[in-house]
Amino acid sequence: MRALPPPPKKNTQRRTKVPTLPPLMRSRAALGLTAAASRSELRLQQCDDCGSVLYPPRDACSSCLSVDLSWQAVSALGTLLAQTNVHISTNTYFRERAPLRVATVRMDAGPSIICHVHADCEAGARVQMINRLDKAGQGVLMALPQKVTPNMDDDPQLRELTAHPKHRRILISDGRAGVVPFLVEALQEAGAGMIFVGLPEDWRPEPNGQALRDRQGVTLLPMDVTDTSSIRRMAGEIGGKVDILINTARFVRPGGILDRRDTVFSSDEMEVNAMGMMRLAQSFGPAMMMRGADGDGSAVAFVNLLSIHAIANDPAFGSFNASQAAALSISQSLRAEMRSGGIRVMNVYAGPTDDEWHQPLPSPKVAPQALARSIVQGLVDGSEDVFCGDFAKDIFERWCRDAKVLEIELGQGTG
Amino acid sequence: MMNATVLSDMAVKLASGAIRVVDLTHTLDPDFPVIVLPPEFGQCGRFRMEEISAYDERGPAWKWHNFTCCEHTGTHFDAPNHWISGKDLPHSSVDEIDPAAFVGPVVVIDCVEETRADEDFILTVDHVIAWEALHGAIPADSWVLLRTDWSKRRGAAYLNMRDDGAHSPGPGVEAVQLLVNERNIRGFGTETIGTDAGQASDFIPPYPAHYFLHGAGKYGLQCLNNLDQLPATGAILMAAPLKIRNGTGSPLRVLALVEENG
Repeated sequence: MRALPPPPKKNTQRRTKVPTLPPLMRSRAALGLTAAASRSELRLQQCDDCGSVLYPPRDACSSCLSVDLSWQAVSALGTLLAQTNVHISTNTYFRERAPLRVATVRMDAGPSIICHVHADCEAGARVQMINRLDKAGQGVLMALPQKVTPNMDDDPQLRELTAHPKHRRILISDGRAGVVPFLVEALQEAGAGMIFVGLPEDWRPEPNGQALRDRQGVTLLPMDVTDTSSIRRMAGEIGGKVDILINTARFVRPGGILDRRDTVFSSDEMEVNAMGMMRLAQSFGPAMMMRGADGDGSAVAFVNLLSIHAIANDPAFGSFNASQAAALSISQSLRAEMRSGGIRVMNVYAGPTDDEWHQPLPSPKVAPQALARSIVQGLVDGSEDVFCGDFAKDIFERWCRDAKVLEIELGQGTG
Repeated sequence: MMNATVLSDMAVKLASGAIRVVDLTHTLDPDFPVIVLPPEFGQCGRFRMEEISAYDERGPAWKWHNFTCCEHTGTHFDAPNHWISGKDLPHSSVDEIDPAAFVGPVVVIDCVEETRADEDFILTVDHVIAWEALHGAIPADSWVLLRTDWSKRRGAAYLNMRDDGAHSPGPGVEAVQLLVNERNIRGFGTETIGTDAGQASDFIPPYPAHYFLHGAGKYGLQCLNNLDQLPATGAILMAAPLKIRNGTGSPLRVLALVEENG
């Protein structure tokens, strides 16, 4: 596959293409595929009684009529039986992107699946199936070459399913966060275009500041997520150039509710972690949603970094975690609101991070390098939910199993 | 015809410009620095403003904002109850202070050259005595302002934070004691982020201006502006904080009345 060139400068005489979406409606049964796609996992329905692997999603087993079906991780490998190009569709989104490569793949796990197919796959080839969210936020399957091919991520059909940073311009909201130098490096390795980094309170010394200022392709901007006027100003300047927004702003202090005698730190936590996300979304979101179909450099993702304890509070950081729960809830609303513009809201969840506020805690802690890698991988995969590190994955699995049991364990300090 | 009084005379002079009103206040602005403490302590709230409406669907004919900040954000007043040494004094909060204290005489000690030579300049007893030799004794119950032209600094140069803390001028222990105990001043004001020097946490006692001023029921003003427009003596300072119940200070508009020569 030929490498994707940087998108040309905008032709200011042409209207920016308005985002359209692929079909939105799915049966309730099919939403299991979408849920798995939100984590970029390949899961198919499997009959709990006879073990058949089923596709497309259905309410009863096509072999034994059992209704006890569950979504299971299955082998991603298969064989491409046939491949064709769709030139005409009744759907506006597909018409605009024709021709589309479509294939039938016989999965090793059993079913034959009609799916998107990568340009580097030929009939008869062994392929690897991925499950990704499309622009409508619904799970769709795509067959990729089993072995990585040159510039594989540049396939236009695949790029529609991801939020790949390549050639995209990125705004990082808070350059004071420890992750930022590593994030900038990882994004540039992935081919990112211009990176804007917000720097709050330039009247205070900033350890990351000089290195970021000196770095090629990085522009520092005065911005503070608690200061609405600064965000409005920056959105006015660069709002039309932000393809990916990564919100790194975070205020964290240890302690539960009764460990404190006031709501001062809690206000800061809410102002930065919850309201900050709202301010960024209100100022940058509408312009991003206008540019969801703006060619190869279209706006694609709004990224939040959250504690995994957003889903279940650990009282050791009880007040901070309340702000994380608020932020998670805001992100869920945003996700629904931004979908019509083709913008993906991605949450990257981590356990305790390796920083001054978690210093006395035992390992394992999430290193900034690991967090940076997870963010970029999440964009490359186009995930909605990314779990960075074993700690976050473990909490999420336990939450899926029984949220109440997890709450009790965390409350007993045995989490 | 009315007899001429001090105030009617003043009204005429204000109208003619013979008395000039000088604004000693910085603009309250989200980017104006505030004091920075070690992060495990509670922090001074930055000035923040949210638009409620601006002649739009949120309020068709009017514009207004909610704003938030600390009592000690921007150009601000320190009441005696701001410091532990003044916490049990009567009338120690901004709402209880006699309003007569908000208008009064002011003297200005010019230490611009000294500060230019040393950003950690400390005002000593000798400096005060030398000033008095030129301008006369500091009158009791007057404001004393330390002019350093620090207010002309911008950005990081204002707090001047380094790994060992902030570096900015302020009064020494003995000088504060002289002003408070011997001269019985009303209050002390600076152009820097606080009434104390940047390195004053290492003094004995720490933060002597806060400690001795407020322990004696005196007031503080900081983040002052335009002190270069004041004469050494003879001006009147007007500094009335917001009337906040049990408030320890407040942002305020500080004005000076200056009589023009001739």
